Amino acid sequence: MNRVATGESRSLARPDPLGLALFAVGAVALAGLPFVVFKMNRIVPGVPLDFGAALPSRLAVPCLLVCALSAAAAVAGRSAWLRLVTALGGLAAVAAAAAAAADRLTPPGNLVFRIAPGAGCWLLLACAALLAVDAAMQLRPGPIARVLGLVICLGATGMAFSRGVFDDLSIMREYAVHAHRFAAEALRHLELAFGSLAAAVAFALPLGLMCHRLPSLRAPTLSLLNVVQTIPSIALFGILMAPLAALSAAVPLAAKLGIEGIGAAPAVVALFLYSLLPIVANTALGLQRVSPAAIEAARGMGLTEGQILRGIELPLALPAILAGIRIVLIQNIGLTTIAALIGAGGLGTFVFQGIGQTAIDLVLLGALPTVALAVASGVLLDALIESIDRSRA
Amino acid sequence: MIEIERLTKAYGGTTVVDEVSFTVERGSITVVVGTSGSGKSTLLRMINRLVEPSAGRVRIDGRDTAKEPAHLLRRRIGYVIQGNGLFPHRTVAQNVATVPRLLGWDETRIAVRVRELLELLQLDPRDYADKFPHQLSGGQQQRVGVARALAAEPAVVLMDEPFGALDPIIRAKAQQDLLEVRRRYGTTVVVVTHDMDEAFRLGDRVAVMSRGRVLQYDRPAALLTRPADPFVTQLTGVADRALRLLSLRRAAEVATASSPSDPPIGNTARVREDASLRDVLSELLWSGSPAAAVVDAEGRTLGWLTVAAILAQARAS
Ligand SMILES: Nc1ncnc2c1ncn2[C@@H]1O[C@H](COP(=O)(O)OP(=O)(O)OP(=O)(O)O)[C@@H](O)[C@H]1O
Ligand SMILES: [Mg+2]
Repeated sequence: MNRVATGESRSLARPDPLGLALFAVGAVALAGLPFVVFKMNRIVPGVPLDFGAALPSRLAVPCLLVCALSAAAAVAGRSAWLRLVTALGGLAAVAAAAAAAADRLTPPGNLVFRIAPGAGCWLLLACAALLAVDAAMQLRPGPIARVLGLVICLGATGMAFSRGVFDDLSIMREYAVHAHRFAAEALRHLELAFGSLAAAVAFALPLGLMCHRLPSLRAPTLSLLNVVQTIPSIALFGILMAPLAALSAAVPLAAKLGIEGIGAAPAVVALFLYSLLPIVANTALGLQRVSPAAIEAARGMGLTEGQILRGIELPLALPAILAGIRIVLIQNIGLTTIAALIGAGGLGTFVFQGIGQTAIDLVLLGALPTVALAVASGVLLDALIESIDRSRA
Repeated sequence: MIEIERLTKAYGGTTVVDEVSFTVERGSITVVVGTSGSGKSTLLRMINRLVEPSAGRVRIDGRDTAKEPAHLLRRRIGYVIQGNGLFPHRTVAQNVATVPRLLGWDETRIAVRVRELLELLQLDPRDYADKFPHQLSGGQQQRVGVARALAAEPAVVLMDEPFGALDPIIRAKAQQDLLEVRRRYGTTVVVVTHDMDEAFRLGDRVAVMSRGRVLQYDRPAALLTRPADPFVTQLTGVADRALRLLSLRRAAEVATASSPSDPPIGNTARVREDASLRDVLSELLWSGSPAAAVVDAEGRTLGWLTVAAILAQARAS
């Protein structure tokens, strides 16, 4: 009740500070920065076009109106719902305007010209997204509402893509060229990130339990894992290449299983190693926080040690353990991108190809889905953690 | 019945419980008192083998507790620890059902028992069964802890400062509950406390501990009239020991024994038969009446008590 009240009291008298700041950034982006960039082909530097030049007024005016509406709601709006809906409207309007500009600027049948979103467009999208997130947080959605919101956003975006709304934009042009590999690389990305996560959970949970039960092991284990965590990812990928190549050469079975100095094997090993610290540390911490009185009472009532672990300690430590898994999942989704450097595949392939070809659109084709994946995983795990917390609160 | 024989616990070189022996009769309440660190909790925890004794033995209803796997022994003994130790991720009903579940009771029997216990401890099952511990007040949590310890109908219940965290009113209420439990189920209870008033109110017997030894194991009145050690006198208090003694005697037992045959002249107060002499004296001083009529539940007069008759009972004898 309290929170709603503070949300409501952001009234006309006091403009919302975040709304005001984002309004200023958005206005500058719209007026002073290129909305789209027109390129003769995918690698040459392009010609910046501002909002007015990119769109005819019959399209520009409705888009501007929606943006003005969401800005007004953001600065002076009373209801979080109004702010959320107008922010999402602004987001859709800017995206649609970029798509429309691309459609208009591309001659029919031309596959060489590239129309990329410009700095202004990206900034506007970012402002609208921030406003939407801020408004959504004010509504304090429960876990189910969050997952639902995520599904709706992903569904709407997916629908827009599948209908070809953005097909004339440069990133989708890159997609069209690489479509035959995109799904496979995306799947590979998920396999690497989740596979190493699963292996890490299987190993780190018992290790965390051990650290909790044997306090003398705790400090050395955690500091060793800390050292692993500080090795830069590229260096760790490199360090692992030599021993794995040697293993593959020495043990025929290893080679048969696909263990090589480059490719998936060093990537999975490195991601696995990076995953250990957050899960081990959080498991040990979560177990440590379980009330000693509850454990003593359980023992005093005749629960066996196994029953105490399964029935009392693990359930009570679960939110902390899941928080560790959340960190690792998002970290893995990001780091997997870099694993493409050693031939592991995944969405990072597009990023590094794009860098090699100075084709920024190809870089984005790899990077944007990675970000979306990380955000979606974060929302889902947060919802899971909160639903567990709520069932006790 | 609990028979404790030369029970000893040593950690390294220090003996924290030293050859303690006493017997707790079936259906009675024994209170263990003593200064902090005197070994009360250790003694209690050796009874259900949360602490393994260094020497000596414990027999419950004739069976040596060392001859049974510890976790099975503990399922037969109720245990209440200070700060209640409720499981925060389980509801009140689930908490109370812990030991019956371990023992494999069927669900209907568990549900009936949980309801019965919550009602006994005055927690309406409709309101409280599905609440989580943190939604309850400290006193309610404490009562759930007691209900949980009683759930599997244990013949023996051990309580370590069970009412420590409660305010005086709730505490008195919880003590009443415990006496009611003992009356209804005939449970044998061992309670550790720091509070001498609590010890005198609850205890059929009181064990006074100091530095790992039991200095005296006796009826509460005997601690006052025949202390075995200066420490016992110090612990029970010198200033109000006469009043303490009065608080241990029921009005009815004295009134029927030493009552004058004729009703005294003047205004008389009326007191219930189960009031303590201390309460009757207080009533007489307050009202200025020379005598009080002691009446039973139906209002029949059982006898008379005068100030002089009460004062005669307060003398060390
Ligand atoms: N596991 C242990 N290891 C070593 N010493 C212990 C251990 N447990 C208890 N002690 C010592 O034994 C003595 C008695 O402890 P105990 O907990 O039985 O005291 P207590 O009478 O219950 O005190 P309190 O009233 O403060 O609860 C204390 O001096 C304590 O330090
Ligand atoms: Mg103690």
